[in-house]
Amino acid sequence: MIQTETTPKPRRNVELVLIVLALAVGIGASALVSINSESGLDNDFWFQSSLLAVAAFAFHIVLRLRAKYADPVILPIVVALNGLGLALIHRMDGPGDDTGNNQLRWTLIAMAVSIAVIWFLKDHRILRRFTYISLAASAFLLLLPLIPGISAGEILGARVWIRVGPMTFQPGEIAKITLAIFFAGYLSSNRDLILLAGRKIGPMQFPRFKDLGPMITAWLVSIGVLVFQRDLGSSILFFGLFIVMIYVATSRISWVVIGLLLILGGGFIAAQIFSHVAFRIDSWINAFTPEVFGRSPGGSGQIVEGLFGMADGGLVGTGLGQGRPDLVPFANSDMIVALIGEELGLIGLFAVVMLYLLLFTRGFRAALGTRDAFGKLLACGLSFAIALQCFVVIGGVTRLIPLTGLTTPFLAAGGSSLLANWIIVGLLLMISNTARGPVDTTPMVNKPPATSSNPGAPKPVTAQTPSAPTEAVKQQ
Amino acid sequence: MNQAIRSSWIAAVAMFALIFGAISYVQVIGADDLNANPWNQRAILASFCNERGSIIVGGKPIAESVPGTESCAFQRQYNQPELYAGVTGYFSKFFGSTGLEQSMGETLAGNSDQLFLDRMSQMFLGNEPKGASVELTLDPAIQQLAFDLIPDGQRGSIVVTNPKTGAILAMASKPSYDPNLIASHDRATADANYTELNQIPGINLNQNVSGPTGNLLSPGSVFKLVDTAAALNSGKYNKDSELPNPSSLPLPGSSASLPNYAGGNCNVRETATFVFALEQSCNTPFASIALDLGQDAIREQAEKFGFGDNFGDQLKLQMAPSIFPKDLDQAQLAQSSVGQRDVKATPLQINLMTAAIANGGVQMKPSLVKAVRAPDLRVISESKPESLRTSTTAPIASQITEWMTSAVDNGIANGAAVPGVKVAGKTGTAELGDSGLNNSWFTGFAPANDPQVAVTIVMEGVDVLSGAKLTSPNAKKIFEAVLNK
Repeated sequence: MIQTETTPKPRRNVELVLIVLALAVGIGASALVSINSESGLDNDFWFQSSLLAVAAFAFHIVLRLRAKYADPVILPIVVALNGLGLALIHRMDGPGDDTGNNQLRWTLIAMAVSIAVIWFLKDHRILRRFTYISLAASAFLLLLPLIPGISAGEILGARVWIRVGPMTFQPGEIAKITLAIFFAGYLSSNRDLILLAGRKIGPMQFPRFKDLGPMITAWLVSIGVLVFQRDLGSSILFFGLFIVMIYVATSRISWVVIGLLLILGGGFIAAQIFSHVAFRIDSWINAFTPEVFGRSPGGSGQIVEGLFGMADGGLVGTGLGQGRPDLVPFANSDMIVALIGEELGLIGLFAVVMLYLLLFTRGFRAALGTRDAFGKLLACGLSFAIALQCFVVIGGVTRLIPLTGLTTPFLAAGGSSLLANWIIVGLLLMISNTARGPVDTTPMVNKPPATSSNPGAPKPVTAQTPSAPTEAVKQQ
Repeated sequence: MNQAIRSSWIAAVAMFALIFGAISYVQVIGADDLNANPWNQRAILASFCNERGSIIVGGKPIAESVPGTESCAFQRQYNQPELYAGVTGYFSKFFGSTGLEQSMGETLAGNSDQLFLDRMSQMFLGNEPKGASVELTLDPAIQQLAFDLIPDGQRGSIVVTNPKTGAILAMASKPSYDPNLIASHDRATADANYTELNQIPGINLNQNVSGPTGNLLSPGSVFKLVDTAAALNSGKYNKDSELPNPSSLPLPGSSASLPNYAGGNCNVRETATFVFALEQSCNTPFASIALDLGQDAIREQAEKFGFGDNFGDQLKLQMAPSIFPKDLDQAQLAQSSVGQRDVKATPLQINLMTAAIANGGVQMKPSLVKAVRAPDLRVISESKPESLRTSTTAPIASQITEWMTSAVDNGIANGAAVPGVKVAGKTGTAELGDSGLNNSWFTGFAPANDPQVAVTIVMEGVDVLSGAKLTSPNAKKIFEAVLNK
């Protein structure tokens, strides 16, 4: 590996320019929607657009103050996606619907929480101290929707919501983060043990049975989510998250093989036992048979209507506000990808998917750049989770794989998902700050970071000479 | 660790490559199929409120677009709705479209390729888009007569065609319905009406499951025409062949037996000629033929008459292929050869089989659309008679015609006789289980020496006496109406 050392550059001005572009996308889309509706460019439009812009610039300023070496592309991408999502949700709002405004409120809350995470946490390595607390929190969050009184009951066949005052909330979205923190903490501490022990069969080294413990635990959690919450999407997401993190921790492909076998086995059994899983698979394979199309619940009407919409959009789309996404159930949440395909066309949808690709790529970049194993695992896990979530949702909508009820990050209507994903962005920004910042030579493990005179830098810079990290990376 | 991170990134990028592929497939490569899917309402909705062309019978619109409300400029209106529901179908915002509204939808909406230049000029002149009109071959007087000959409350179908051209002169069935109920722009009204209509048994809402083109019924003795053609075609039989005619034929491999109809004249003879067997509609001679020739010969002949196949590209209605099942045992074959058990035919199929016999063995494509006219009344396309297939040879067709004439003159189909005209006909009575009720058929054509009209009538679930009253005598009325025009 080439070891180069360049002076770290904050690149906050690049970020500022990109944020302006991102706001142009979101607010431009919102303007089109408003012009097409009866209200026109009214006060609501200007007020909402200003709020989004102010929030984005505030976030930018916080990064200047607290994480000045953070990746300059991540925040603009997310602002663009979130802004576009707001416009699309607003577009689907009928008279009296408040989903668009609600989404804006949640956006502001989520950005505020994300800012708070960056401001107060200062360094992601502190999270490592909360490894087992995170495990407990994950269990607690996942159990919440099953507790009578708090649970919002079964909504659309899944038991994943809780009631908070007048609103519903999906604690599983937050559990995604706490589980990633637990896996990162556990694996960064125990990877040597898992790595060294094991039996070699053929070209692959298989782990000892007792080291399989966490794998089995993750599998059971995923199956538990599937069985008790009836949430196939989250189940896949949790397990995929775990597999990628244990693979990155050990570099052993055997873990991936075992994991995939467990998924296939679990999935096969689940399809035999649970009607909701069998329905999903049936309406994927036989989407175009009349019985399946007309079946309710569990029919393929939703996915087929989405496909019709996307086909109608074709290459360039019908234009924002010109399509008929009202024919597609949940066009502003689960099926928002179909809405984009219909009205913005293949070109628009490709652009959106490309944004996600850039986003998770920057996340992986942060994982490569940061020097602590915990940070690498966390960044990698969270980035992969974004990629996997997009794959499961968009693959489901395009009938590549069975449709499951996951949200499209930052785009789909839903407060819990927004909150969780903005926190993930906050964490990725922090990790990228250490990755891109001046080289840090303080011990990595289990020490709280010393306070620095320069709050924008991730760690006190004690030496400008190249240190000899085990894995040096090229700085940008 | 970094290598594993890179590998994970590659895995994520690979997933995204699949996504890009899937999106391309849905939005570009497979888009045409999805857009053409009959469940896809988007095309309908896009042009739903435009002025659509009319469907015209005898110079008068039976379906037309009339000015609607402010939110939707035009509303589809059906004149004489119940009379023509089976061919027009409906055009609904909520339930898609059926019948000609569906099959001629592109033309009626003005989107067909033939109307490209009209569309361009409409665009440049700033005129509202307007669809083309579709003129049908139906004769309004015959259609009305056929419809009225089916009593209200009786399930039945009548098909009248010109055997030489394939033009459909009348195609009526009951129970019918009012498509205006479903064409309502008000969702709640349309929903309620649709639900209510769907509960009527046998209603002709969809042309491929009900009505003359979709209702699969046991053809009964009418199927003996297939046996006869197969027998003559095999060379083993000729017009003078003596056929075994026991009063009851033991079914091979079964304790049951196939009897001749006890009340008829069949049982006076132990053997029968074709002419006697067809006149009296005896069962056992035809079962013997089928057992002798084997099921493949019978099926081949049935397929030559159109069983198991479509009716060509001029019908423009969805239809169900008629069925002569495969892999029958001997007992099933004997019963199927007299039109019982699993053999099933639509009224239109029986009519086309009859028309093929009338037309010297050549089956014409049934056609329903006579002409398509642009909004300026210019004729864009006109249908010409086209042959569909050769069902049998001219000598065999002429021989069967002679026997069918005799069945009307001397046999049990004589209710269809028209004074001064040679009528060829065959009746059928298919038993519906042990209920004592039957599907009662008549199919035939006239004049026998120069066929102008083929008529097929089926009345479902009737007893023998009312079946006889509702079929052959009604056919006579239709023959007279067509020939006296």
